Amino acid sequence: MSILIDRNSLVLVQGITGRQGAFHARLMMAYGTQVVGGVTPGKGGEWFEGVPVFDTMRAAVRTTNADTSLVTVPARFAPDAIMEAADAGIQLIICLTEHIPVADMMKVVTFCKRLGSRLIGPNCPGVMTPGQAKVGIIPAMVAEPGNVGVVSKSGTLTYEVGFAMKNAGIGISTIVGIGGDPVIGTTFVDVLAMFENDPETEKVALLGEIGGSAEIVAADYIKNAMTKPVAAFIAGKSAPPGKRMGHAGAIVDGGEGSADEKIQALEAAGARVANNPEAIPNLLA
Amino acid sequence: MKLHEYQSKFLFREFGIPIPNGQVAQTPEAAAAIASQLGVPVVVKAQVHVGGRGKAGGVKLARDADEARRYAADILGMDIKGLVVQQVLVDPGADIQQEIYLAITNDRGAGCPLIMSSLEGGMDIEELNRSRPAAIIREHIDPTLGLNGFQTTHIASAMGLPRAHWRSFGQILWSLYRCYIESDAELAEINPLVITGEGELLAVDGKVIIDDNALFRQPKLAAQRDDSGEPESESLARAAGISYIKLDGQIGCMVNGAGLAMTTMDMTKLYGDADHIGPANFLDIGGGASPQQVAAALRIILSDAKVQCVLINIFGGITRCDEVADGILTAYNEVQPNVPMVIRLQGTNASEGNAIISQAQIPNIISAQTLTQAAKLAVAAVKERA
Repeated sequence: MSILIDRNSLVLVQGITGRQGAFHARLMMAYGTQVVGGVTPGKGGEWFEGVPVFDTMRAAVRTTNADTSLVTVPARFAPDAIMEAADAGIQLIICLTEHIPVADMMKVVTFCKRLGSRLIGPNCPGVMTPGQAKVGIIPAMVAEPGNVGVVSKSGTLTYEVGFAMKNAGIGISTIVGIGGDPVIGTTFVDVLAMFENDPETEKVALLGEIGGSAEIVAADYIKNAMTKPVAAFIAGKSAPPGKRMGHAGAIVDGGEGSADEKIQALEAAGARVANNPEAIPNLLA
Repeated sequence: MKLHEYQSKFLFREFGIPIPNGQVAQTPEAAAAIASQLGVPVVVKAQVHVGGRGKAGGVKLARDADEARRYAADILGMDIKGLVVQQVLVDPGADIQQEIYLAITNDRGAGCPLIMSSLEGGMDIEELNRSRPAAIIREHIDPTLGLNGFQTTHIASAMGLPRAHWRSFGQILWSLYRCYIESDAELAEINPLVITGEGELLAVDGKVIIDDNALFRQPKLAAQRDDSGEPESESLARAAGISYIKLDGQIGCMVNGAGLAMTTMDMTKLYGDADHIGPANFLDIGGGASPQQVAAALRIILSDAKVQCVLINIFGGITRCDEVADGILTAYNEVQPNVPMVIRLQGTNASEGNAIISQAQIPNIISAQTLTQAAKLAVAAVKERA
């Protein structure tokens, strides 16, 4: 088993005829993901690599029975695309798009919760259940199937850690990239709870970074509700306060959100925290 | 993007929030002219993007135009935490009976706007939050519904505001909420909002931060950007679509992805800190960077004279290592750097990328397999040059 996606997930790609959407839809298909169609307004009726393209999500869901959607459209259109997916009854919406205004995301996240749709991201690399399916841009080469769940705010840092685990012979149940934006659909705690309840996940790796307090809340959850061991890494120990480190959410502000504060909270909760992401496999062995 | 105090307050005024009738001056003479026009004691305030202006001597009360001229001369050109003051705001002095804190910000955890208000305004809100958190009233706003009337009454009542001021406070809160929403603000803060001797409310100081991701639909605010305090390299990087922040160390880092970029900085510090070696910058070339962007990134890194070694760490997902390698060669031929470069390419098209680098046979290039190895090699290279 795994969490969120597996070989039975039926996936639509919103923006499938775009450059990014088309490129990653092909890679997802090659990995074995059941991509059952795509949506590009104005291109309904066309075909993409043997699957139908629709004008609207409602039409696409009606025809394909898809349960999962990948949003690859640009920031100006992404909030609308996410809400369209939720409105069409999609259970799991994964949004790769970066640079979406926070004001839009606050509305979108509220809307998705109201409709009972789970949103992952935005500004995330997606979800991958190794050996079964991937929805997003995580490279196939970074992970083998196994029993460690990985949850992360950062894309390429996740690849780095997945690759180090693979080289150490450690496999992964599911990788979830939750994204580095200030307001996101799914938090560390949401994913930790899923891993805790997944019989095939035995251990968890959590990759956080400076900014906000999501890792502190996660530490509380680990302390109070988790039985499975957690290894962690927090990026940004060398980042000075008041400077935004690329991700819209990564800033140490008013003494809050520093790496040291998060590392202390995680260690106090019983998690093992690495000072080097390539040391994570040692903590999971 | 941060707005200056005067920009924030002028924005508030557009939304109907009362502010002091001041103006901005770039010279002591202009400051004196504003002061004599106002004809009352004035406050001369440095306009820089840092907190703690008052403690640094950047805010002075002047009794007349002559004093305003003298203080403006002192403050203009002053260095406050590394930023040179280029303009001052000359405001009429206010008769302050009571100071209120009022702000609207994005609550990340709750995923919605948060109003914070306190009768203990004027002081540093973070300090107040630590010492007396109960003195701050917090109210979350449903982003799909907006602010409701009962919420403004609740806030005024819960903070203990005298009833005589509820109506004008409510109007200011409505205006501030509209300002926050319509300006795509991350923070819209009035501190202090004062009650004057005449019983009127006045926004004496203000701070607005605009969401960078929303600037595309805020052209009027985007045009108010003031880069004068920012290192030139950071402005150049922004124009090239690269995320760059200058730091104090010796190892110039070029990485794809913000999380991995921070991690790479951390690794140089982990292995170099004992020898006072660390990162010279944060730099994220983003996903799917072109050879031109890679070349621009390398030029920006090397424009920092403190850089003793460049560390390139690319884990290709969307980014293709062969394109990064092309960019490195383009930039190398143009810039001819005289510092060693540690290059680690992994992921999409890594073998092609590594082949391009090794075939070019560039002196001073050190290849690394892992991030740990790359960081150690970069630290060793800096030590060797010391």
